[in-house]
Amino acid sequence: MTPDQGQHDQLAATWRDPPGLWGFLVTVDHKRIAARYIVTALLLLFLAGMLALDMRWQLSVPENTRMSPQLYNESFSLHGSTMLFLVSVPIMEAMAMWLVPLMLGARNMAFPRLGAFSFWLYLGGVLTLWIAHAMDITPDLGWFEYPPLAGPNYSPGHRADIWAQMITFTEVAALCASVNVTVTILKMRPPGMTLARMPVFLWAMLIASIMTILSMPAIMLVTSMLISDRLVSTHFFSAAAGGDVVLFQHLFWFFGHPEVYIIFIPATGFVSAIVETFSRHRLFGHSVIVLSIISIGALAFGLWVHHMFAVGLPRLGNDFYTAASMAIALPAGLQIFCWIATIWSGRPRLDTPMLWMLAFFATFVIGGLSGVMTASAALNLQLTDTYFIVAHFHYVLVGGALFPLFGAFCYWYPKATGRLMSERWGKVALAAIVGGFNLGFFPMHLLGLLGMPRRVYTYPAGMGWDLLNQIATAGSVISVLGGLVFVANAIISYWRGAPSGPDPWQGSTLEWATGSPPPPWNMDYIPVVHSAAPLWDDEPRLPVMQGLANDHREVLITSVTDSAPIYRHKSSGPSIWPVIAALAVSVMFIASIFTAWAVPIGTALIGVALTGWFWPQRGRATTGPLGVRS
Amino acid sequence: MRRLIAMSAPLMLAGCGGNQSPLSPGGDQAVALYNLLLLSIVVCGIIYVLVLAGLGWGLYRRRTGSAVDQSALDRGVWVAAGVILVGLTVLIVGSFLADRAVFATRGRDAMKVRVTGHQYWWRIEYRDAATGRWIETANELHLPQGRTTRVSLGSADVIHSFWVPNVAGKLDMIPGRRNLIDLTPRQLGWFRGQCSEYCGAQHAHMAFDVKVEPPAAFDAWLAAQALPAAAPSDPVAQRGAAAFAGPCAACHVVHGSAAAGRAGPDLTHLAARRSIAAGTLPMTRGNLQGWITQPQALKPGTMMPTIPLNPADANAIAHYLATRR
Repeated sequence: MTPDQGQHDQLAATWRDPPGLWGFLVTVDHKRIAARYIVTALLLLFLAGMLALDMRWQLSVPENTRMSPQLYNESFSLHGSTMLFLVSVPIMEAMAMWLVPLMLGARNMAFPRLGAFSFWLYLGGVLTLWIAHAMDITPDLGWFEYPPLAGPNYSPGHRADIWAQMITFTEVAALCASVNVTVTILKMRPPGMTLARMPVFLWAMLIASIMTILSMPAIMLVTSMLISDRLVSTHFFSAAAGGDVVLFQHLFWFFGHPEVYIIFIPATGFVSAIVETFSRHRLFGHSVIVLSIISIGALAFGLWVHHMFAVGLPRLGNDFYTAASMAIALPAGLQIFCWIATIWSGRPRLDTPMLWMLAFFATFVIGGLSGVMTASAALNLQLTDTYFIVAHFHYVLVGGALFPLFGAFCYWYPKATGRLMSERWGKVALAAIVGGFNLGFFPMHLLGLLGMPRRVYTYPAGMGWDLLNQIATAGSVISVLGGLVFVANAIISYWRGAPSGPDPWQGSTLEWATGSPPPPWNMDYIPVVHSAAPLWDDEPRLPVMQGLANDHREVLITSVTDSAPIYRHKSSGPSIWPVIAALAVSVMFIASIFTAWAVPIGTALIGVALTGWFWPQRGRATTGPLGVRS
Repeated sequence: MRRLIAMSAPLMLAGCGGNQSPLSPGGDQAVALYNLLLLSIVVCGIIYVLVLAGLGWGLYRRRTGSAVDQSALDRGVWVAAGVILVGLTVLIVGSFLADRAVFATRGRDAMKVRVTGHQYWWRIEYRDAATGRWIETANELHLPQGRTTRVSLGSADVIHSFWVPNVAGKLDMIPGRRNLIDLTPRQLGWFRGQCSEYCGAQHAHMAFDVKVEPPAAFDAWLAAQALPAAAPSDPVAQRGAAAFAGPCAACHVVHGSAAAGRAGPDLTHLAARRSIAAGTLPMTRGNLQGWITQPQALKPGTMMPTIPLNPADANAIAHYLATRR
């Protein structure tokens, strides 16, 4: 695609953000917003990692009194809540927000202002939790705050309310982001990218987004029930007044289990993209992988009960959930075999992103298999709430999601910045992070089997846990040092890295067809694709479509299944209203920690913000020919 | 190979599990779970080795540069999926059978025990089969060897979880519900149990001792527990009893005295127990006195308040309690 200079200038004028701080606030460029999302989430990853290190330090010797029980309980609550709600899910959504339009060759997301709104609201949730931490009203009841411990009788003060509202914040933000990604993928694919030709990455993001839309309402419902128990004395979770504490667990895990896959499925998208590129071979079993993702997504909703095997539910029901939970290993295994078969078929190149994928295989499969063990209702009676579980879910989340994410970061870094990260320092960071992680977390399997419960701020000497805890602490330190090398490499490479050009890895998907970093309008022309790997099949010259307006923000809408052009759609430009709307929602959520009056007053404020947001604008005709130029 | 060793390490460690570990089962339920654990580790270990071998060979063969037969690869993937399916089936059936074994009904002759979780201690009540009376103690569970005990689990406040890994798996204690678990211990000796559901500030110090003893010894122990404590004999203990009757009696009961509080553990036979403060400290005269004077320093967040006591009273109360056998 050689850009036509006149058209290029016109696009630049149309898609440019206003300069300065105002431009920072009003931008609806998905790349700028997603980059903020990613940086915020990575910063939180670091902070929550520091909390983890602090806790490991405390546990390195028995009977340690360095940390008070209160501080320790706050630390694991904040660590878990931050990692699950403010790091893992948002960063995957942010990666989708950054990459999906580029991989579609689209000019922006389907709902640009909604994207901006979701970031500002997420930031509200982040600030609520961490400012509360600075004010020493940190939630202290774990990341799944079970009542009655979290109820009004056993948790006075506002710690539990802050947790519950932080959830509501991030879930509304996640819902907005997911709706946006879903509609973008379904309606803004380029001509020719039928569902069957859609890259696995886009499938993964689509499925994860749909799962988010289906599961989030459960947690928002349950945290709202908790808030109303605390604020206006309803008795949803008060056994004495006819409520049921187990109801909380059902609703929580109906969200909480799919959430693990909402984090993991995007990671499979990263793995698919990176394994394909670095094996220099088309993905083996494209449709098998897609079907695996879909079936993992569906199964994930049918096995929340495996978090509750020790609750004392009917045993036969538990056996059903055992079988359902173990069944998920089949599609997950098939995916892995397809990736391995891709490596077999190709001539793999072992650059840093690919090395992260190898670390993913070696680590995640351990987490998957310990997951099969914990899926057993019977075995759970010994394993649940021990360090075995701590080991298991860190292998799944770190090995299964964070390692692919780091690989993805290295892989798309040159696309985002125009520069390559240092390979040498990348490998040093990888060795320290992966080695330290395994050293730190493998012993926890053994600690669990030796009877060490989780969420204890100390333990007696002579239980046989001392040495393993020390090894775990040493491993965590090494891992965190590796993380610092990773961050330093990313920062230094931003200025010092070798220029990458548009396509340093010879990727197969559309994002590599535009400049690095991509311009605000992403691509001068909308590409037309004929396969799942357009850059490999249609080189040297990608066919493109012309006819979209250059003088105002216009995007192409296509049909859902076969991706045929339908019409041209005016896309929203910069606006301050998403910021104001997010502020209004924040006022309502935060104030409702203290008074029920926040709900009517906040609703009125939100009404004002939305009126401004949706105030009718002078429309533009969207007729005119849409032609394909090859 | 290193990973294979790492994965099979639990097998090697099986011989050295502690007195709070699923790896040294000393009861029927724990043995069933232990066997399932070994089966799972073996099946998962084999699958892990096969997957990594496949990956390693795939990476290695790029050096040879030979073309791969795609249809053979296709078959390979389906065979691997078949192996997974077989492995899962074995584990699902194994899990089902172990579950049946753990929750097998043992008839009506089982001894009945009620355990109630409190922040952060355990109320334990035995039903005397002869009289039908409930005999209460706290933080120390005695079990007759070879007999099945049916434990009914409940909670007085938040969710706790009852876990003695050497004897059986855990089961939650949930307000408004009662869960039943059977314990059939085979191995004599002391084991440790611990709360395994996070229950607040002192979740870490909510433990209890379990003693498995021959049925005759158990019967004798229970008979002794049913008796009221002996009246204090020496003057210091008498002073202690008088001081105890003030603030302590509001929460604690000592049968045979006027103290009849229900909020805290029954202290009638406190000195016969192995530890105090729910497994936090060994039972010694010194620890008792430290605990009475500074509970919040030893167990920050415990529900036992710090009572201002003059040293002589504290000493007397400790002495009094140390004679409650």
